[in-house]
Amino acid sequence: MTDAPALELHDVDVVYSVRGIDRPVLRGVSLEVGRGESYGLVGESGCGKSTAALAIVRYLARNGRVSGGSISVAGRDVLGLRGGSLRRYRAETVSMVYQSPGAALNPSIRVGSQVAEAFTVLGASRSAAEEQAREALTRVQIADPGSVMSRFPHQLSGGMQQRVVIAMALAKNPALLILDEPTTGLDATVEADVLDLVSRLQLELHTSVLFISHNLGVISKMCSRVGVLYAGRLVEEGPVETVLRDPRHPYTVGLLRCIPRGGVQKDHGRLDTIPGFLPALGTELSGCVFADRCALADDRCRIEEPPLITIEGGHESRCWYHEQAPDLPREEAANIEIAAVDRDAAPLVRVEELSKVFKQRGHDVYALTDVSAALWPGETLGLVGESGSGKTTLARTLLGIVPPTAGTALLEGVPLPTRYQKRSREQLRALQIVFQNPDSALNRRHSIRRILLRSLKKLAGVSGSAAEIRMQELAHRVRLTERTLTQKPAQLSGGLKQRAAIARAFAGDPKLVVCDEPTSALDVSVQAAILNLLVELQAEKRVAYLFISHDLGVVRYISDRIAVLYLGRLQELGPADVVFDGPHHPYTEALLSAVPTVDGGGRERIRLEGDIPSAASPPSGCVFHTRCPRKLGAVCEETEPPLLEVEDGHHMRCHIPIEELRRLQAKETATA
Amino acid sequence: MSSAAVPTGRSEASVARRERTRLLLRSPTFIIGSAVILFWIVCAVLGDHITPYDPRFDQTPEIGAAPSAQHFFGTDRLGRDVFSRVLAGSRDILLIAPLATLLATLIGTTLGLITGYFKGIADNTISRVIDALLAIPLILLAVTVVAALGSRSTWTVIIVIAAVFSPIVARTVRAAVLVEADLDYVEAARLRGERSPYVMFSEVLPNVMPPILVEATIRLGYAIFAVATLSFIGFGLQPPSPDWAVQIADNYQDLAFEWWSVLFPALAIASLVVAVNLVSDSVQQVLER
Repeated sequence: MTDAPALELHDVDVVYSVRGIDRPVLRGVSLEVGRGESYGLVGESGCGKSTAALAIVRYLARNGRVSGGSISVAGRDVLGLRGGSLRRYRAETVSMVYQSPGAALNPSIRVGSQVAEAFTVLGASRSAAEEQAREALTRVQIADPGSVMSRFPHQLSGGMQQRVVIAMALAKNPALLILDEPTTGLDATVEADVLDLVSRLQLELHTSVLFISHNLGVISKMCSRVGVLYAGRLVEEGPVETVLRDPRHPYTVGLLRCIPRGGVQKDHGRLDTIPGFLPALGTELSGCVFADRCALADDRCRIEEPPLITIEGGHESRCWYHEQAPDLPREEAANIEIAAVDRDAAPLVRVEELSKVFKQRGHDVYALTDVSAALWPGETLGLVGESGSGKTTLARTLLGIVPPTAGTALLEGVPLPTRYQKRSREQLRALQIVFQNPDSALNRRHSIRRILLRSLKKLAGVSGSAAEIRMQELAHRVRLTERTLTQKPAQLSGGLKQRAAIARAFAGDPKLVVCDEPTSALDVSVQAAILNLLVELQAEKRVAYLFISHDLGVVRYISDRIAVLYLGRLQELGPADVVFDGPHHPYTEALLSAVPTVDGGGRERIRLEGDIPSAASPPSGCVFHTRCPRKLGAVCEETEPPLLEVEDGHHMRCHIPIEELRRLQAKETATA
Repeated sequence: MSSAAVPTGRSEASVARRERTRLLLRSPTFIIGSAVILFWIVCAVLGDHITPYDPRFDQTPEIGAAPSAQHFFGTDRLGRDVFSRVLAGSRDILLIAPLATLLATLIGTTLGLITGYFKGIADNTISRVIDALLAIPLILLAVTVVAALGSRSTWTVIIVIAAVFSPIVARTVRAAVLVEADLDYVEAARLRGERSPYVMFSEVLPNVMPPILVEATIRLGYAIFAVATLSFIGFGLQPPSPDWAVQIADNYQDLAFEWWSVLFPALAIASLVVAVNLVSDSVQQVLER
């Protein structure tokens, strides 16, 4: 092999032709990934990250093409490849791991044959390929490759599937491995596992990696250099620590400020946002691509596009005023007063020993077991746990979508009928929901106006001109313009759709709104704006939130108290800062240490072994004992610890005394 | 910015609609199909006014005459002008087939919405009945129903065909509704206290219109076929109607020496069925892109 860099993009332009017009998507992108280097590409959706990856593997959509520049991988020009040589290039030189491992594997072929195929393509015999497949699976730390090989993809968990995909991608020891959001759909604990695996393999095999992600924390953990893409332009590039600690492009600065981190909470202040929107696909831009949304922009920025200006040591920024970028004026909403939650008052909602057992092909699946909790007016209860821990079931039980098997939910002391059909209008309007995916949550055939008016009619009981006035108020409150009201959901951006969904939930002045991962489908800058809006509405209307999220930074920001669920059981419940700062339940500890942070976190890493056990046959004793890094011994396997109030307002379900936990966890923080 | 952009915002939806229309009008299949259908509609409307002879009653002394300059398609065994009868023969079928299709689509859509939305017992009961109905051959079912109703009017034919086709439509609609009903907006509607009929017809129905439209155009092709078949075996339109299938039924015994009185009506049926299928194909392509 030559000494050429693993990947070299030189002035690459990519256009998509839409109705016969070429729309630029990548604009003169140049970057280089050295041998054995791990390069991160970040940016929000629509900025061209995935297009770059597809251009490199020559897999652009039919209407897309590279219209300028050159791409070479391991010193070989990629754009000139045709037919057989293109196939050989894809088979031997470059590999790609996609976001969704479930979609990357063929559902009807056994895992073993699929992995072996990666070797037979390279000319291995069938039996040799099988042996190599076994080795490849061992290399990605699959404990029992024999049994995994005989299974079908759907019989594996998401984390296992992604391991299999990575094993296939590394089969040929490629010169370049492209990872496109490889952990986005996975739980934090599984993500941490997969990321550990990738960095270990990279060290072992000296693979060059192009890592695409919208998550700056992941990039900071995985990469040595990072490039920031905005509207198809590389706006900043440099060593990861430098770029994240001392960003010099206003866009990077803005992105970093949007992320709730370092233990910020809603009563400490608002989140920064980036005003405006990404320019529409293929807009002709003169001057700096970011000028429209930049607080530093002046006439020069709008007319003359800045080149990549070197700052120091390979750190470059495409900004005329990069010295001022760190002091970019803050784009934050005015501070608001958040009244303290009055816990002496009667709770708004209580759930008492709520249990839900689903029947699934003759099996009992224990989705929720004896969950008791209370929520006060104006309070946010954050609900965290891995997928399958019962978060959504708890929320749906409360809403009456899923009737509980046992236990009751009470609204202001009055038991709620278990099914929403039996609930009064007052009860329905009191409990509303904001869904995760605004595309599915809004009827795509109805205009926003129609959606809001109907909700006002059904929930608030107003119609005619009174409803019209209320709708204007509602729209104004969530900052939807007059124009968006007449539009249908498909014409709106994700953030606007989510605003409309929030407006709908607030049509009847609810007392409790369930927020089921309301920002996980959104970009960070939009997420910040939505979180700000939710906090504003809470301060104004004293609404309570049941906030479900896998993003612990977000949960910490918005929550007053946190509930941690594992296999349908409440493991820990307490004030947000106490739960986060510890001493915490060993499960919470593991969840927290799994999250990659932008600041690189000084926490001792704790990894959970294996997958979450099946809820059809939960482990005996403490349900967490099979994965617990702090397991005491037989007592954990035999007796389920009670949920005790270990400190003021802090409940925990663990055999280890709180003082012992405090000592253990403090020691590790100190040594780390 | 918001006020200046109002026109563009409004027009986005209509741009999409115009785009669909433009695609349809540029598709040769659509153009050819609709031209043929339009031709037959014109013939049906103008009917006796454009036919050289009275299509219903014998006007000529020539019986079973071969095609000539006087009778383009010849005359049949009763001496009627085949050309006139072919031109006028589209009237009944163009009334019955679309009406039957419309009725089948209405019933099928309602059944499909109910089964797909409620699932459970309603779905199981109705779906099993539908499965059972679909297992019976179309003609057998139609003949039974016609015999049971005892009358052979135009309405009987419409009702029979609608009854036979609505289960098929129901199945297509049910499949589409099952996907839709899992979306969050349906849950949001229930959580604001909407009743099931509202959710079905106002929330779900608009989202399943494209597959319904496609299914309706496909059914229309089959409906023409079904009307012709019923008329041919004597359970549909009755003589002296100049209906194409009735003509074929009247004359097929003499096929060996009077081929023209069978071939031309048969070609007419074929042209209409093919034309409807061409339109159906192009609509499907545009809607399901």
